[in-house]
Amino acid sequence: MSTMRSLSFDAIIVGGGGSGLRAALELAKSGKKTAVLSKVFPTRSHTVSAQGGITCAIGSADPNDDWRWHMYDTVKGGDYIADQDAAEYLCSEGPKAVFELEHMGLPFSRFDNGRIYQRPFGGQSKDFGKGGQAARTCAAADRTGHALLHTLYQNNLKNNTVFLDEWYAVDLVTNADGDVVGCIALCIETGEIAHVKAKATVLATGGAGRIFASTTNALINTGDGIGMALRAGFPMQDMEMWQFHPTGIHGAGCLVTEGCRGEGGYLINKDGERFMERYAPNAKDLAGRDVVARAMVMEVLEGRGCGENGDHVMLKLDHLGEEVLMKRLPGIVELSKTFAHVDPVKEPIPVTPTCHYMMGGIPTNVDGQALAQDPDGNDRVINGLFACGEAACVSVHGANRLGGNSLLDLVVFGRAAGIHIEKSLNEGVEYLEASQSDVDRAMARMSRWNESNGGESVADLRAELQSTMQNAFGVFRQEDNMQEGVSKLAELRERIGNAHLGDKSNAFNTARVEALELDNLLEVAEATAIAALERKESRGAHSRYDYPDRDDVNWLKHSLFHPTNKTVTKREVNFTPKTVDTFEPKIRTY
Amino acid sequence: MSNLQVSVYRYNPETDSAPYMQEFQIDTQGRDLMVLNVLTMIKDQDSSLAFRRSCREGVCGSDGMNMNGKNGLACVTAVSEVIKDNKLVLRPLPGLPVMRDLVVDMNLFYKQYERMQPYLQNDTAAPAIERLQSPEDRDKLDGLYECILCACCSTSCPSFWWNPDKFVGPAGLLQAYRFLADTRDNATQERLAELEDPFSLFRCRGIMNCVAVCPKGLNPTRAIGKIREMLLSNAT
Repeated sequence: MSTMRSLSFDAIIVGGGGSGLRAALELAKSGKKTAVLSKVFPTRSHTVSAQGGITCAIGSADPNDDWRWHMYDTVKGGDYIADQDAAEYLCSEGPKAVFELEHMGLPFSRFDNGRIYQRPFGGQSKDFGKGGQAARTCAAADRTGHALLHTLYQNNLKNNTVFLDEWYAVDLVTNADGDVVGCIALCIETGEIAHVKAKATVLATGGAGRIFASTTNALINTGDGIGMALRAGFPMQDMEMWQFHPTGIHGAGCLVTEGCRGEGGYLINKDGERFMERYAPNAKDLAGRDVVARAMVMEVLEGRGCGENGDHVMLKLDHLGEEVLMKRLPGIVELSKTFAHVDPVKEPIPVTPTCHYMMGGIPTNVDGQALAQDPDGNDRVINGLFACGEAACVSVHGANRLGGNSLLDLVVFGRAAGIHIEKSLNEGVEYLEASQSDVDRAMARMSRWNESNGGESVADLRAELQSTMQNAFGVFRQEDNMQEGVSKLAELRERIGNAHLGDKSNAFNTARVEALELDNLLEVAEATAIAALERKESRGAHSRYDYPDRDDVNWLKHSLFHPTNKTVTKREVNFTPKTVDTFEPKIRTY
Repeated sequence: MSNLQVSVYRYNPETDSAPYMQEFQIDTQGRDLMVLNVLTMIKDQDSSLAFRRSCREGVCGSDGMNMNGKNGLACVTAVSEVIKDNKLVLRPLPGLPVMRDLVVDMNLFYKQYERMQPYLQNDTAAPAIERLQSPEDRDKLDGLYECILCACCSTSCPSFWWNPDKFVGPAGLLQAYRFLADTRDNATQERLAELEDPFSLFRCRGIMNCVAVCPKGLNPTRAIGKIREMLLSNAT
């Protein structure tokens, strides 16, 4: 291989979705030498698929709304393992971040008084759960993610951010001190490999829903940042916590926003019964997503599912009328026609719980600094490494994310990471230069694929991994199934390590990218599986037949998966917000 | 009969002196698949086939391509919508340089987009909350802000084929009007000035291919007409 080119930046942001672009914007404005490195042109990132909105107490639908109510809902929604200092930061800083987006031009829908339109979403309440349903999700019709992502991209153009579009980050480069000092990256167009040096490396690589066979996630959601961090030996937090969105289109997996139920839609079983009234008498269809997803599975298991195979339920919207649907949910009407061959103006949409969101990820503090654990179990900042967005676990979502909180997470913590990095760059942070052997180590995986000559195909192995995860780590879990899943993944690790990259060409070689992605899917899947097996309770999205109850004595904790010895330790949840009283864990009902 | 005949444009600049069409037989098991599903099945057989894809639901704009002569998104186009004579013919978007197979170099397209300064410009101090906008004024952005930059429109436009460096093209002009129509933007004069020359906007000949192919059902020709009106009333 010819000599490798080096590119040097103050900060490199891996990922061009909402959180990466928000972090980049902060740094571009500060004049720091920043680049966004993204495997797709930024507006192709998965943020674009977010529909219903961004939840935030901006006091538009209800002038008396209070960010503390939003914080209460977030902590309760997360089944009490969200860090309360982080949830406090999210909800109190939120309005500032949303108004900024509006000032940047985001075309929010509006109320008659000209303020931003807000709709009800699941798990929202007024007055700490005592004042009934709130309407707190700010929306641009049902295309809020698209509007948000494009607005952020446009404002990065305005501020001359450097973009390395269609570059793929392969692995982190760590120096002799264990600090992160950049990454190895592949230019997809030419096949060139470069050493990207940076004083701050931000992993804003999004989720990894593609570890499951059925997911709302884009095909690009392969957990690249998670894989990179795990291979560098860094721990992952709460990886067992995967959200299954109640309303994925049956068969296709495409997302149907919770905003449908926020606007008054509801789920029915084969008898036409609005079954959520039995499971969540108060919030009904707007209970937490984990609660609704489990109820749907129960309906199916008890023989009240719809369709020939009785394997899904229906989302009824027709009673809302064509005008509301075309005004507030035009994208859903379009998606339903395309993927379910159903016009929701006339008929209900077949839906099924579908993997949607990774609550876990790279543990960080509210400044986006990635954390590891020292031998005594104390947090240790990993120098040079940052994470934000779905790849990070701050944790504001705990064991179950509330609808509309992901977009808020992106902008609040993307911004926070940018602010912190700017500050530390101003203070003159410097790390030891990487040696040739440090770079070689980060190149090992790429070299392995490039030198492979024979072995199984990437497509077959990927399909096997996805069905393994789907079968053993879905909405309901139990010991023996998961044990089998863990063994199967160990076998897959062996086989993927010997798999074959048939196409070794340089120009726009997507086979190479898919091979590298497969390694990441495996890392994410394994962390998920081992953490899920270890957490012996049911909490939020993690539901076990064999441990059906929440166990606050032993598991009011984060799990921390350590890749070097594949063990799980516990990490304390933060219960000390700065300006409000602690929300004590209570039984979670809706 | 569930065998689908697919003809795909192939070109690898490293090894091919010229592009060629390659034939594939795909067993669809009688299902009416999306074109993207067909491409994925081909890639499972031949991993060297290159195409872009991401959301697979028509919102990210990655997989614009030419299917039996018409531009569209592979992920939301069913084979039955485009197939002719029992054959699916897939080519890259026309008019842009091909990087490999179905992947085109979109830099010219993005440059025209960037030239339109596609971001809100408002030099008045921002309020502590959001800027207010009436629902009626917000409605003016419907049909404009939804663009996904897939380039199906601009690469179906003969004026853009001819002058991709000078004619902004339907996608860029739709964006220009998205900000001209936004009551919160006050750079109207600067935006119009950028479009006064004979090429940037006036090379639109009203052919309306852009409208025929837009996968989001948007109407760039209408937006271009609105900008023309603004330029005319500006001049008088």
